[in-house]
Amino acid sequence: MIFPAILFFVCALLAIVGAVMVILAREPIHSALALILVMMSLAVLYLLLGAEFIAAVQILVYAGAIMILFVTVIMVINAGVEERTDFSKIAKFAGLPLGFFLLLETAHWLYHSAIGAAIANGPGAHAEAFSTRELSTELFRRYLLPFEATSILILIAVLGALVLARKDE
Amino acid sequence: MSVIPISYYLVLSAVLFGLGVVAFVFKRNVITVFMSVELMLNAVNLAFVAFARAHGQVDGLAYVFFVIVVAAAEAAVGLAIVVMLAQNRESLNVERMNSLKF
Amino acid sequence: MEFISQHPVLVAAVVKVVVLLFVVMTALAYLTWLERKVVAHIQSRWGPYYVGAHGLLQPLADGIKFLFKEDVTPPASDRLIYLLAPFLALSLALTALGLIPFGPPGVRFPNGQPVFIVSDVSIGLLFLFAITSLGVYGVALAGWSSNSKYPLLGALRSSAQMISYEVSLTVSVVGVLLLAGTLNFNHIIEGQRGYWHWLRIVPHWYIVPQIVGFLCYLTAAIAETNRVPFDLPEAETELVAGFHTEYSSFKFAMFFMAEYANMITVSCLATILFFGGWLSPFPDRWTWQLYLPGAGLLALGVYCAYDSVTEMRGLARLQLSVVTLLALGGGALCLLPGVAPVIQGPFWFTAKVLGFLFFYIWIRGTLPRFRYDQLMSFGWKLLLPVSLANLVLTAAWFAWGWVRG
Repeated sequence: MIFPAILFFVCALLAIVGAVMVILAREPIHSALALILVMMSLAVLYLLLGAEFIAAVQILVYAGAIMILFVTVIMVINAGVEERTDFSKIAKFAGLPLGFFLLLETAHWLYHSAIGAAIANGPGAHAEAFSTRELSTELFRRYLLPFEATSILILIAVLGALVLARKDE
Repeated sequence: MSVIPISYYLVLSAVLFGLGVVAFVFKRNVITVFMSVELMLNAVNLAFVAFARAHGQVDGLAYVFFVIVVAAAEAAVGLAIVVMLAQNRESLNVERMNSLKF
Repeated sequence: MEFISQHPVLVAAVVKVVVLLFVVMTALAYLTWLERKVVAHIQSRWGPYYVGAHGLLQPLADGIKFLFKEDVTPPASDRLIYLLAPFLALSLALTALGLIPFGPPGVRFPNGQPVFIVSDVSIGLLFLFAITSLGVYGVALAGWSSNSKYPLLGALRSSAQMISYEVSLTVSVVGVLLLAGTLNFNHIIEGQRGYWHWLRIVPHWYIVPQIVGFLCYLTAAIAETNRVPFDLPEAETELVAGFHTEYSSFKFAMFFMAEYANMITVSCLATILFFGGWLSPFPDRWTWQLYLPGAGLLALGVYCAYDSVTEMRGLARLQLSVVTLLALGGGALCLLPGVAPVIQGPFWFTAKVLGFLFFYIWIRGTLPRFRYDQLMSFGWKLLLPVSLANLVLTAAWFAWGWVRG
């Protein structure tokens, strides 16, 4: 089957194009849409890797909740076109090449690492998809404490947002 | 070409993370700066899932789950702060935000 | 030909998607007809009457009208997003329908692929929620890109409303998931086979223990699809037409179709989760139910024949005769011993979904619109606590083994 390979390259390309668009777009809402594109293509990649549950959660929480919050906030505060500011000379001449070099080196290292040689193919190929049941068992047994901690974290976040949004008396 | 090595996913993850860092440094709007953090988190998630696939263990997926939950909490508080900033100052430019109290 | 035999899954999927699209598009068109007809009768009017017999060709006329209207793009709009929004809304609404099983998985094509199931995802319900949760974008982006006050207000209201009610919608469904122990639609439906042991004749549908969850789901679903009494995003009397004020021609029609497609999706979901999906409400030993679809179509044919005799207009009489012939022929076909068992699943599924759609229209014809603050306090202060309480009670019951899972 050649479909996984095609799908991988198409989605990888879409993700990179989306990430570049996040940087280049002047309107915040265009950046948000580009980021949604990245998230959707990552969801497809998760499906390719056999992580169905994570793909669904990625769409449900990231694209369906977090980004909608972003878009709504952009609409509410009417964030216009971004201002352009001069950044420092050092950043311009040293930062970019250095950053690019770092990226290249990371990619090189990852590409030649032992783990990178493993083969990843999702359901349909020889590898089985991760079972959601197994993941949930793991979450509620081994990771029970972190799981409960995240619920408290969410509670605190909700309270924090409420406190921030409250009108001053 | 019928199989995709894990390294492809890892390289993609690294590239996305790098682009996220670039966006974080270059963008001037608070909201887009915030979005680039989300982009970096997404890149890390991809690496986690790829590692989980390489080892055939679900632990990586559990981490991704936690990252997503924390990102949701962060977005809730962060965007509330952004709305407050927008109400109290005239600009959303991060460079103009140089005082803690006003 | 070699390709077709080598990729049975792909070929079957393409065929099913095309057929599904055709059926759903037709259903959407006639849903508008049904809505206008039912609301008209509730209000003591006739509704569409002149285009074809009983206005049966009205959807076609509407479609042609939409196609030929001028397509206006406001000069101040963000063109790309303005164009993207209606496509996003409609395509997401249609994609969600691809996850719905319309009949039992046992009915298969000669190449072994199930006929009535487009995609059998192991976590189907989660994917459905994921796709429907993206529906807000269509509305929000349409309102923002129009660059106009009323659409923006409508879009803001809509995103707040949809996010709020999505929480209740999801929580109200979790009770069913606890009972079913799975996220797969087919397994959820199979879990509803049989009868409650203390109520011999009541089917083992999850509505019996989950009646509170069902009511919460129904309310939240109406709000999610922006229907009356929760249609604040497009409240005509306050916001002109809400988020799609600036849209005209076919783009407007796309928003319209997306709304109706979403209605069908939530009705399908209610059918699957609470009313046993494609299962028959009668016990298997009642074999006469096999002939129910055929008998229903025959009855429709007889009614149309009677109607065509009393109809005064010549063209309408001709159309009614055609409908009569179709109904009688279809009825006879459904009575054939080879066809009757196959058609059972889709028949019950469609019947239940139609019941829900009728309920939706009935609500629209009956209730006045909420005020915005009422809507928000209702969603957060009543609906969410009730559905959470339902979830906690169900979990407690389940933990102590009071309910058969």
